[in-house]
Amino acid sequence: MGDINTAMTEQYRNDFLKEVEANVEEGQWVKMCMQCGVCSGSCPLGPAWEHPPQEIFMMIRAGRREEVLKSDSMWMCTSCYNCIVRCPRELPITHIMHGLANYAHRLGLAPKMNPTRRFAKKFWNNLTKTGRVNEIELSVGLYFMDGFKTGIARAWAMKDVGIGMLKAKRLNPFGFVTHKGCKDKKGIHRMLKKAREIEDRRKGFAA
Amino acid sequence: MARKEYSFYPGCSSERLTSASNYMVSVEAMCKKLDVQLNEIPDWNCCGASIGYAEGGELPRHVMNARNLAISEQVNKGQDVVATCAACWLGARETKDRLAHDSDMLAETNEALREAGMNLQYKGEQEVRHMVEVLIEDLGYDEMKKPVVKSLEGIKFAGYVGCQTNRPFGIAGESFENPKYLDKLVEIVGGEPVEKYDQKVTCCGGALAFSEPEKSQAQIKKIIESAYDHGAEMIVTPCPVCQMNVEVYQGQINKRYGTKFNMPVMYYSQLMAVAYGGSAKDAGLDGQVIRARRLEEIAAKGAR
Repeated sequence: MGDINTAMTEQYRNDFLKEVEANVEEGQWVKMCMQCGVCSGSCPLGPAWEHPPQEIFMMIRAGRREEVLKSDSMWMCTSCYNCIVRCPRELPITHIMHGLANYAHRLGLAPKMNPTRRFAKKFWNNLTKTGRVNEIELSVGLYFMDGFKTGIARAWAMKDVGIGMLKAKRLNPFGFVTHKGCKDKKGIHRMLKKAREIEDRRKGFAA
Repeated sequence: MARKEYSFYPGCSSERLTSASNYMVSVEAMCKKLDVQLNEIPDWNCCGASIGYAEGGELPRHVMNARNLAISEQVNKGQDVVATCAACWLGARETKDRLAHDSDMLAETNEALREAGMNLQYKGEQEVRHMVEVLIEDLGYDEMKKPVVKSLEGIKFAGYVGCQTNRPFGIAGESFENPKYLDKLVEIVGGEPVEKYDQKVTCCGGALAFSEPEKSQAQIKKIIESAYDHGAEMIVTPCPVCQMNVEVYQGQINKRYGTKFNMPVMYYSQLMAVAYGGSAKDAGLDGQVIRARRLEEIAAKGAR
């Protein structure tokens, strides 16, 4: 991953905006931001963003590449779409934030221990394994992601939530074994592999 | 033959013994009474949800949704696709929109789809709609009122619409800031909506309830607190993520903030299933973590 980062830095030199336009989902919209700040004021987790979206857009244009890509700000996005519907210039802000986070993650620059990055990775791996989410494996996997001891402590702290879900028959205690997922797992795996290859080629990630 | 037929995308959380299985149970009961037939898309897969962006990227997510839509085009010909889950609907509809406007990505999507079984090709022939959209636009409020045999009179509901059923697409004719349809659904079944519920479209934290629990629970607290402040007895929502987040963390929020929250959080379809004369089981009321006793009592009574 580090190699891709070096390659991208060399390719785009000081033009981070150009790099974002080429490689980030909906990145071509970044230059349209007029700095009104409605997005930042509309974000439910706004105060938790070190750099709110409006600031990120300006930082991209100012070429502050490392600061943007290493930031945990985009990882605060809850996908509520408030910013999208309120932006007077109709920038697809939610998608740009997702795109930036994904790009930083692919380059290996995203904060390693950011909990949302780690959860998102687990979530995707969980759902692609069988084609459908295995909820018990996802939640238990999440508790035990930092080892057995922390896992027990986390599971204990969450036990009331888990017991509530089990009692309401909304969690399958045997899901580790009984979860079936899609029939065409192999086809889905091949399809995703292909999609990833195409995207990597288009975005210059391919070796 | 049923009055209306749709190609149905149930989604991961609708399966038996999953987080929104009670939603699915009540939707089945509701649709039966409304004579709406849901034809499940065979071997459907996960939509990737919003949080899938980080590892999934763009094309793999669109390909996942395109697979469902392509199977639907092949098997449930001529039907609109309907999803009950906000995230499933949003994911599928985003894919449809993107592929309609990006011919390169459409070609790439179909290149990847060829690797899956069933000889699939996505053409973009079918509309992608939310269950609420279908109820309002294809049936209408009057038709939804006809099967009502029991009134939920005397129960005050805070209609919590949340995010993804509302933004960025929403229901036609409704505003993003103050959508009214959920309140209208409450009125149809005889309940009393909270007119000025100011947290109607507040974000519950979504997937970040797992990864950033403190920040999400601060959001959830606002949503529940406002419902109490306006005299609501229950919250009602169209979204499985909203339902789960707002219901199951109340104990944790009580510990964190010293509150005494204990408010049932229902799906619109559960209210309708009860009002249509369904049993507590039909309406999935046994699937609540915080039981809705008043609804259980109404469901237990014989039809009026």
